[in-house]
Formats: sequence, C-alpha cells, structure tokens
Amino acid sequence: MAKSFRGGVHPDDRKRYTAAKPIEVAPLPQKVIIPTRQHLGAPCAPVVKVGDLVKKGQVIAEAQAFVASPIHASTSGKVVEIAEYPHPVFGSCQAVVIESDGQDEWAPGLPLSRDWQSLDVKELKEIIRQAGLVGMGGATFPTHVKMSPPPEKPIDSFILNGAECEPYLTADHRVMLEQTSRIVTGMKIAMKVLGVNKGYVGIEENKPDAIEMMRKACVGSNIEVVPLKTKYPQGAEKTLIKVILDREVPSGGLPMDVGAVVQNVGTVVAIADAVEKGIPLIERVATVTGGAIAEPKNLLLRIGMTFAQAVALCGGFKDQPVKVIMGGPMMGMAQRTLDVPVIKGTSGILALSASDVNVGPERPCIRCGRCVNACPMGLVPSMLSVLGERGAFAVAKEEYSLLDCVECGSCVYVCPAKRNIVHYIKLSKAQNAAAAAAQKK
Amino acid sequence: MSAEVKLDVGTLTVSASPHIRCDESIAKIMWSVNMALAPAAIFSVYRFGLPALSTMVICIVAAVATEYFIQKWQNKPITVNDGSAFLTGLLLAMNIPATLPWYMPTFGAVAAIAIAKHTMGGLGYNIFNPALVGRAILLASWPVAMTTWPEMASKIDGVTSATPLGILKLQGYEKLVAIFGDKVEMYKALFIGSRSGSMGETSALLLILGGIFLIYRGYINWQIPVFMIGTVGVLTAAAGHDPIMHMMSGGLILGAFYMATDMVTIPITVKGQIVFAVGAGALTVLIRLLGGYPEGVCYAILLMNCVTPLIDLWIKPAKFGARR
Repeated sequence: MAKSFRGGVHPDDRKRYTAAKPIEVAPLPQKVIIPTRQHLGAPCAPVVKVGDLVKKGQVIAEAQAFVASPIHASTSGKVVEIAEYPHPVFGSCQAVVIESDGQDEWAPGLPLSRDWQSLDVKELKEIIRQAGLVGMGGATFPTHVKMSPPPEKPIDSFILNGAECEPYLTADHRVMLEQTSRIVTGMKIAMKVLGVNKGYVGIEENKPDAIEMMRKACVGSNIEVVPLKTKYPQGAEKTLIKVILDREVPSGGLPMDVGAVVQNVGTVVAIADAVEKGIPLIERVATVTGGAIAEPKNLLLRIGMTFAQAVALCGGFKDQPVKVIMGGPMMGMAQRTLDVPVIKGTSGILALSASDVNVGPERPCIRCGRCVNACPMGLVPSMLSVLGERGAFAVAKEEYSLLDCVECGSCVYVCPAKRNIVHYIKLSKAQNAAAAAAQKK
Repeated sequence: MSAEVKLDVGTLTVSASPHIRCDESIAKIMWSVNMALAPAAIFSVYRFGLPALSTMVICIVAAVATEYFIQKWQNKPITVNDGSAFLTGLLLAMNIPATLPWYMPTFGAVAAIAIAKHTMGGLGYNIFNPALVGRAILLASWPVAMTTWPEMASKIDGVTSATPLGILKLQGYEKLVAIFGDKVEMYKALFIGSRSGSMGETSALLLILGGIFLIYRGYINWQIPVFMIGTVGVLTAAAGHDPIMHMMSGGLILGAFYMATDMVTIPITVKGQIVFAVGAGALTVLIRLLGGYPEGVCYAILLMNCVTPLIDLWIKPAKFGARR
C-alpha cells in the first residue's frame, strides 16, 4: 500500500516521451557560459581572468560565504570573457565564458580514487563543499550546509527523494535505473556524514522498474525503499517527510527540525563522484522534452552549455514553443531566451507548445474550493490570491499563513477560473519582505 | 550540433509557475449544473404545460440579457456564455409558480442579475444566491401571485392552489394524508413529483439524480445536501412531525442540491459547508414550524449566505505543520 498525504493533484504525467530513453552524453560544446551564482546564497567571486587557460574541474569562482558553493570549469580551454550573461533563475548574472580547446583535459590529479570509508566526517564535508555540490532537484541549496545541521537538531533519518513528481521529467528515473550502485554509495556517504543509521528512498509508483532496481541494490543495507502514491507534490520535502516518517515539519521550520535530511537523486550521485573520484559538479542529467521538442531525450549536459545547444541535440523544435521552462512544468521557471546556460539546478528543459499549456483569461474566484482541497499545506489559496490582487499583503501573511506556501502550484493547476494564484502569492511575499526591509531602516 | 534552433525571441510567454493546468473551467462547471437540472426542468414542463416552458424561457432570456447589457454598459468582458446567468434564470424559474404573468419572472430575473449579482461586482463577488434573491423580491412584490399554485393533473384533486406544506400549515397533517389517500401514496407522490408547487419543487427523484451527477463530477459535495436534508429530518422528527414528508416537500431537495451548493455564496471548506448545511436545515425547520410561511428553504439559505464570511473566518483548513 503506497503512502500518501492530504491534498495534492494528479496531473497527466507526460513522462512517456522520455521515460524509456537511456541517458545520452551530450557532445562537448565549443564554448561554455558558467555563471558565478548557481546556488541559493551569495554569488561567488571569479578566481580566473580573461586569457587564463583552465582545465576541467578547476575552480574558477570561489565561495565567499558559508551559504555558497564554488564553481568549477566544466571543460578545458581559455577564459575569453567574464561578463553579465542571461541566467535561468536570476535574469542575468556574471559568468565566466570558456572557449573549449577540444581536449577536455582534467585538472592535475583528477579523477582520483579514494576509499570513502577511510575518510572522517570532517574530511567528507570539506570534500562535498569544495566539489561545489548543491541540491540538484532545482532548489540549488548548497549541499554542505544541509549536511551540517547544528548539534541541537539531531538527525535520525536520511531520505533520498526519488519521487520525481513533476510531469515530463525523467532524469532522476533514468539515473536510478542506470546508476543504481552510485546512488547507494552516495547515500551511505551522506548517512555517515550525518551520523544516521536509517535511510529511505521514496519513489513514486509510476516508476516500478526504479523501485525494483533500487530495492535490489539496497538489500542487506539499512536503506528502505518506500513506494509512494503517484501524486503531485509528492517530492516536496515537507510532504515527502510526512509520508515516509509521518512527521510534520513545523510551520516556518526545516526538515532538520524533525530529524530528517532530504537529498535529490542527482545530488547523492554527485556526492559519490566527489568523494570517491574527486570530481566536482560540472555536469548533470536533465530531461529535454515538451510538445515542441522534435526528439525528447535524457541528456548528460555540461554546466555552461546553452539551452539552445541542448535543444539542438534533440532535433530542435518541431513546433513553435510558447513557453520554455527550466525544471518541471509545476515549479519550473519560464525563460525569455534560449541563450541561458545549463546550471547545477537544471533538472529539465521544457519547450511547451500552445496545446500543452492551457492558459485562459483569468476570471474572478468563484470559491469552488478546489484549491483548498488541493493545497498540501492546508492553506486557503483562493483567499491568498484575492488578497494579493487587492494589495492586502499584510493580511495574507498574518491571517492566511502566506509564508507557509511552498509554491507547488497545485492550486493553480486545479483552478477553473484560471487564476494565477502562485503569482499573487509570490507578489505578496515580495511585498511583505520589502515592507519588512523598509521598517528595519 | 546538427539541427538548427529557430525561435522568434519575444514570442515566449514568461509567467509564474505552474505552467500547465487542468481543463476545468467556470463554463464547464456552470453548464454541468444546468445539465443536471435539465431532467427536473423538462419534467416540470411536462407537469405544468406550456406556461412552465414560457416562464422558464422568460427567466433565462431576461437573466442572460441583463448580464449582457450590464457588462456592455460597464465595458467589461462579456461572459454570458459561461452559463452562470443562464443558471440563475433557470434556478429562478424552478423556484416560482409556472403561471405568473410574464412581467413578474422578467422582473425577478432582472433583479437577480442586476441587484444580487452585478451591484456586488459580478460572478464570484455576490454574497447572496442571485436566484433566491430574485425569488425573495418577487415574493415581497407579489405575495399572492407567488403563492398561487397552478393546477396540474395531480392526485391532489380539488386542492389545486395549495402545496403540501401549505395544506399542512393551514389544515393539518391528517388532512394532507387524506388528500393523497394514505401515507405511502403521499410519499410516492412527493418523490415522483405528483404535487403542486414551484416548478422545481415537484420531482424529488429527478432533482436527486441530477445532484448525484454533480457529486460524481466533483462539482458539489455530498455533505451539503445530506446534512441539510438530514437536519430537517431530525429536527422535524424531534418536533413530532413526519420527517419523510418534510424532507421531500417544498423546495428542500432543490435548495439542498442546487442552491445551498452554490459555491460562490457558501463556505469554502467542507467543514464550513457542513456548518452551513446544518444551519440552513435548522432555519428551514424553524420557519416551517414556527414562522408565518409554510416554506422556509429560500430564506434559510439566504440567511446562511449572510454568515458565510464568518464561517470562513472561523473554520480554516488544518495547516500543515500545525501539529508535530
């Protein structure tokens, strides 16, 4: 019996385009555009200058704060430019542009071979930090920060998020099938770092082959594979912890408050690569798909390759896209250009055609209550949208728990009035933050 | 890099997530409710004849036309094809006698749309159910006409101008049963629709079937009709009345399935809706048994519409993370 949570929606998952397609390694691009900010937190400072020759895996931008993650060259070549470039999350951002020398040569000493069992927790954490690991599900929170909970928050459970509940995306699914043992190794390392004895792998039931493979790989370990009901947002940290551990992360709290750490499939593979081989995060698996893509694929992409190049590897467009999205269709970010680079958090590149998106003119809320039933956080999204529309941002925060919204988009998905509820919520959050900042001054 | 990527930059839509939506729409919901009402509406035309049909057409045309002209006048998008004004017209028709002179249903429909709906801001903003406001205004304006019921080929021979609840109020329960013959005959007549009353008060069976269709489609909750009708049954039984007769009489079935479920004017949470339904049921019984009117569903629902905002303030969903 698969476990579930209250609320959520059942969008058509549209994974059939790519679910059976093995991961293909993308060819080396001639040029990579590597932003100095690919994580939540402070931007990094470049440590190379124009004209420098760099090798693959070499640090090119160093983290200056604890909540930040260093950036590495994703191929060997020459730094030709350091300038503002379009960025898929921040609009634009400083980027180091490297022209490939075609050699794709590793930095000295890479890749190496290390036995992770012989390393202590402190060393492991430092390796994870230096390798530039971030949450690869899309949130891009620096992994070393997540792996360093304060001592007053004891962690007893490590959860691997293999839910992949976003429609269209199949990257994690393919990684679970093709790199099963790497995942288990990565999990074991993460569990050692956290001092945790019990690990869980949550996978939605629509990936029975992945459940099977992961189960086999976990036999004899203290890692349990938990099949989850296919339902969005099953892979949101809070709902995942609720379903697997039956613990509710308190309002305003973090998973560590209930003794859990959740990591994405790609992230634990990156942990294994960093610890055992010394390889930093310079490439990732992403699903390139959507109704407008000629030949959808799962691709192993270099960080810094542009979306346009990735789309070209999939035969280009067969249909004019109306939306290009980084990530999944429920929480991904709409792009205004294909010239943005692939970053550490690029789990998917979606090009949606008009028939995929179904946007209607926004109408008044008819209070049908579908959003209330769909909200996994137990909020009243209809009120949040009306209050945001009216400009009553403070009321939304104080009376209707605005800040508890995880922006999963379930409410918008079900809304018959086609209201842009998450838009109003983001607006209200921003306005409240601005008001709070103004008050501090 | 073989294939060429051609894209007209500037044609991409940039908006907040999510980027896909289900295919529900306001129009789909409203037309489904109209469809659910259709069997009972057709049956009332069969029962009451052509006057019923013309009253229905007048109500619908007046409601839709009023909405059209108001939106045109206010330079708002014209949304008459979403089915909501059509529904108000149809519901109003179901709530009045079939034989009113043409200007009365016209007045009721115009008032329902113009006053109850558009002075409040239009669809979604109205506090009261427009059709019920239309009915209340008609009852206040022409009380005699509104309580004169048309004759129909019914079993209520000779008592054509009183509804079962009217007979109960004025002549008592024994008389009511006597008119139908016996209790079982009375229940049967009420259930199938062989009785006097408003157009939509006739066939409990067809109204319930339409309601089940709406519950199946997920457009209304089963809790609302069950709790409202159940409350009426329990309270009338407690007061020593015949609960089955009460549950099937008057506008209760119509009100419980089609008006107490009007999403715009009722609480948004299921818990709140149960409070609403119980309140509406209790008020119905109070008015029927203690008030001056034989029937109370219309006012009961309108009164509960008043407290909907309060119920929504008191009853919010259980927030995730509120408990550990």
